[in-house]
Amino acid sequence: MIKASTWQVVKTLMRRDLKVALRRRSDIINPLLFVLMVVSLFPLAVGPGPDVLGRIAAGVIWVTALLAALLGSERLFRDDYLDGSLEQMILLPVPLPVLALAKIAIHWLLSGLPLVILAPLAALLLKLPVEGWSTLLLTLLLGTPILSALTAIGAALTVSLGRGGALLSLLLLPLFIPLLIFAAAAVEGALVGAPVVGQVVLLAGLMVLTLTLAPLAVAGAIRVSVN
Amino acid sequence: MWRWLHPYAKGEASYRLLGRWLPWLTGSAVLTMMVGLIWGLFYAPPDYQQGDSYRIIYIHVPAAIFSMGTYTAMAIAALIALVWQIRTAEWAIAAIAPVGAVLTFIALFTGAVWGKPMWGTWWEWDARLTSQLILLFLYLGVIALYHAFSDSRTGAKAAGILALVGVVNVPIIHYSVYWWNTLHQGATITKFEKPSMATSMLIPLLICLLGFALMTAAFICQRLRNEILRQELHRDWAQQELN
Repeated sequence: MIKASTWQVVKTLMRRDLKVALRRRSDIINPLLFVLMVVSLFPLAVGPGPDVLGRIAAGVIWVTALLAALLGSERLFRDDYLDGSLEQMILLPVPLPVLALAKIAIHWLLSGLPLVILAPLAALLLKLPVEGWSTLLLTLLLGTPILSALTAIGAALTVSLGRGGALLSLLLLPLFIPLLIFAAAAVEGALVGAPVVGQVVLLAGLMVLTLTLAPLAVAGAIRVSVN
Repeated sequence: MWRWLHPYAKGEASYRLLGRWLPWLTGSAVLTMMVGLIWGLFYAPPDYQQGDSYRIIYIHVPAAIFSMGTYTAMAIAALIALVWQIRTAEWAIAAIAPVGAVLTFIALFTGAVWGKPMWGTWWEWDARLTSQLILLFLYLGVIALYHAFSDSRTGAKAAGILALVGVVNVPIIHYSVYWWNTLHQGATITKFEKPSMATSMLIPLLICLLGFALMTAAFICQRLRNEILRQELHRDWAQQELN
């Protein structure tokens, strides 16, 4: 019998998830295309003037990011649930919350980080004034892990339901609201030249809190779903 | 205490206990509500600033307070259900959620009706209104998740986890909305300054609060009884109860 340490298990799990995801690149690329499409719809809808666009740019990018997070959430646990790996994860002699955190980390690497990288392009399209750029990127960098963690809770709760799309948005969007408020306020503050340390620190605090508690909720939800 | 509590983990025992409480709760709820509302709506003095339209406070404030109170109650039931696996607590989640959602809706609706003559608009993105709206969404999410599963046991547990996640988030949402509101719009509307209430107005409000509490408890009692009966339909005692 081979005894593997927790860290080894986590590393193996993450490597496997990365490999699986990289073999199906469209799952990673499609949400990003969605973001770009939605962002480019806004100038068509409200007019291309920089005054209006620059004013709403940060909010639009953030709302789009929330929707994209919902869009890509199904793949978090779906395949593992269908082929029984999720059950095996419960049976592993490794705390389930740790594995949940690993899943969240991989999900962030594949959906949150690309979004942060894409954000300057979206900001360019929406003519966000340069003063707001660094703050936007910082809020996205702090906020997307929160998105991944909360999405994981919703995905774990609905994984056994088959199609949980609309239900998932009902469950998750209210939980996203504080994130949206702080992030949008930070960028808006940066645009008028106000100090944004407060909002950024609050976001960082939210991130730590979410990453601490969410894995427990995800683990509980997985146990309920697999049953 | 455990020896006393333990029988009520079983459906039948809690069904009978709730059945004993129900008439008392209903009776006292009807009585206090009638006293409080009639006193508040007819006999309390009109406000010097708002005239008679302030009287909606006698419905609005109790509904708003207990919309949050029932969420807490639901979260406690969820915790009990998840930690001790007590089925009655699982059913309590299902029993409490719709009552809380309706209370939230009443608070929102009366708030809108009150806002029209006072602020001149049906809906204002006021911090309290907004966080109440989000609370309604949270309730609806719990209800939707509960009913999404074909197996009601799984549904109750999933809804319980969501309720617990929600209860951690409620204060965060609440304060973030307050903060957002002060940041974004400041005092664009002359929000009515809450005067420290005169005693003659306060007493009927307190009675209404008590009435709402009793009414909420009575509704939850009845709903929980129905839920127990529905879930235990295959048991002998439930069949006997129905015949």
